[in-house]
Amino acid sequence: MTVQLAIFYLLAAFTVWAAAVVVLGKNIVRAAVALIFSFCGVAGIYILLEADFLAAVQVLIYVGGITILLLFAIMLTSRIAGGVRVVNDQAVLSGIAGAGLLVGLGYAVLKGVPAVSSAPPLPQSTPFLGKALLTTYALPFEAVSILLLAAMVGAIILARKD
Amino acid sequence: MVPLHHYLILGAILFSLGVFGALTRRNAIAILMSIELMLNAVNLTFVAFARYLPQTQLQGQAFAVFVITVAAAEAAVGLAIVLGLYRNFRTVNVDEINLMKW
Repeated sequence: MTVQLAIFYLLAAFTVWAAAVVVLGKNIVRAAVALIFSFCGVAGIYILLEADFLAAVQVLIYVGGITILLLFAIMLTSRIAGGVRVVNDQAVLSGIAGAGLLVGLGYAVLKGVPAVSSAPPLPQSTPFLGKALLTTYALPFEAVSILLLAAMVGAIILARKD
Repeated sequence: MVPLHHYLILGAILFSLGVFGALTRRNAIAILMSIELMLNAVNLTFVAFARYLPQTQLQGQAFAVFVITVAAAEAAVGLAIVLGLYRNFRTVNVDEINLMKW
């Protein structure tokens, strides 16, 4: 077993454990903190995949932005003595659905892995990615910025007291 | 080098966990967290393909950037809706919000 494979297994186990705490944890604040750990694990896997820019973005936006936003919302909404039941009435059905999805996806993955080329990756992906975002993907780039603006205005209007 | 299907299986496990959470949790914020988990799993799959199929290298990473952007927008709007719900119903448990059910 190579070092890379060992690191991958460590990161994967860490990420899946944290994700399981997010999904199954009784305490919502603890679930949010576990979500931070899960995002950090995925950022480590991005580094393993040599996507350094995406790893940085993952830490900045998911860990630094979205999780903090979630924690704010949790503190604004959760009552101290909240309900003890965290799952709804359809837990068994959902478990069957989730397990079925996992089996289906796993079967599809193991059945149809495309031919992998062993060519080395780009030496540095960040400059290429930046160039591509402003040339090949200029239109989606602008569209997504309009989407962000609209989401920001919408969030302000929805959350405003009036 | 780690084989490609290791990453794909990890993405599948994370996605299935997210689906299970989104279907079962009662707290609306926990449902949002499960959705973020699913988006993250998809991103992981994109980046893995981007690394192992070099002719798609930039497409995969650029698409992941767009997915992250949409996830941020979704989290902001979703949490604003949750705050609005809490203001009107004093609860964020989605199975207690049944105004339009009969």
